[in-house]
Amino acid sequence: MTVSTSESLELRTSEDIVLVRQAVRKKAVALGFGLVDQTKVVTASSELARNMLNYGGGGTVQLEVVQNDRRSGLRLIFEDQGPGIPDIALALKDGYTSGQGMGLGLGGAKRLSHEFEIHSTVGEGTRVSILRWR
Amino acid sequence: MERIPILKMGEFLLVTIQVDMHDRLALTLQDDLTSQIVKHHAKGVLIDISTLEMVDSFIGRMLGSIAGMARLLDAETVVVGMQPSVAITLVELGLSMQGIRTALDVEKGMAALKVAVLGTREDADDGIDL
Repeated sequence: MTVSTSESLELRTSEDIVLVRQAVRKKAVALGFGLVDQTKVVTASSELARNMLNYGGGGTVQLEVVQNDRRSGLRLIFEDQGPGIPDIALALKDGYTSGQGMGLGLGGAKRLSHEFEIHSTVGEGTRVSILRWR
Repeated sequence: MERIPILKMGEFLLVTIQVDMHDRLALTLQDDLTSQIVKHHAKGVLIDISTLEMVDSFIGRMLGSIAGMARLLDAETVVVGMQPSVAITLVELGLSMQGIRTALDVEKGMAALKVAVLGTREDADDGIDL
């Protein structure tokens, strides 16, 4: 898999979540995603961006257009230097929230993506990566 | 401060969400709507989301909160015009929007509100002309 283009956005305020959604939509449209696929990846990005802001204190979002020999896709990497997640399995469970959300963010983003990876170290931060193929 | 306009139409309040709302704007709308329901003694709230290209769990929760608060204030809420791609995504996300009445478009939403609000009254025939 090769990365053909890459772009990075800072996420510090709730207004930035809107900018992330718009940037993701633009990339998805440019890649030729259908409307449903666009909506899924934009919605997943919104959930992860809000999580990162609320629980990780903000961070960066990397938007990558990736390619393998058969198809292209959009990979989004959310990285924060927040407190980290002690129990990832619990955090992925629907309905579990340590804050005021609905507890759908991580699990929902996973369901809306083709590939999902999460790495978190308590005291260091969290990195969530999702990929949606065209 | 940026606000989403709320229109009054007889006993109903109408909101058309046309911008990609940031979280604070969504919360402001929630506050504005509840105070307008009380101020105008509104019996129904119609929220048109036909131009919304995305509803995430935050906006979904906000719509549910509005419906719940409105119910406590004796008003019905109908959410209209959800795009099919948004509906598909919401279900996959895990948000079933239970407790929220929906209609396909503004016209059908208005009809549903009239039935819900006026249908329970004896003077239902004197319904509002729109």
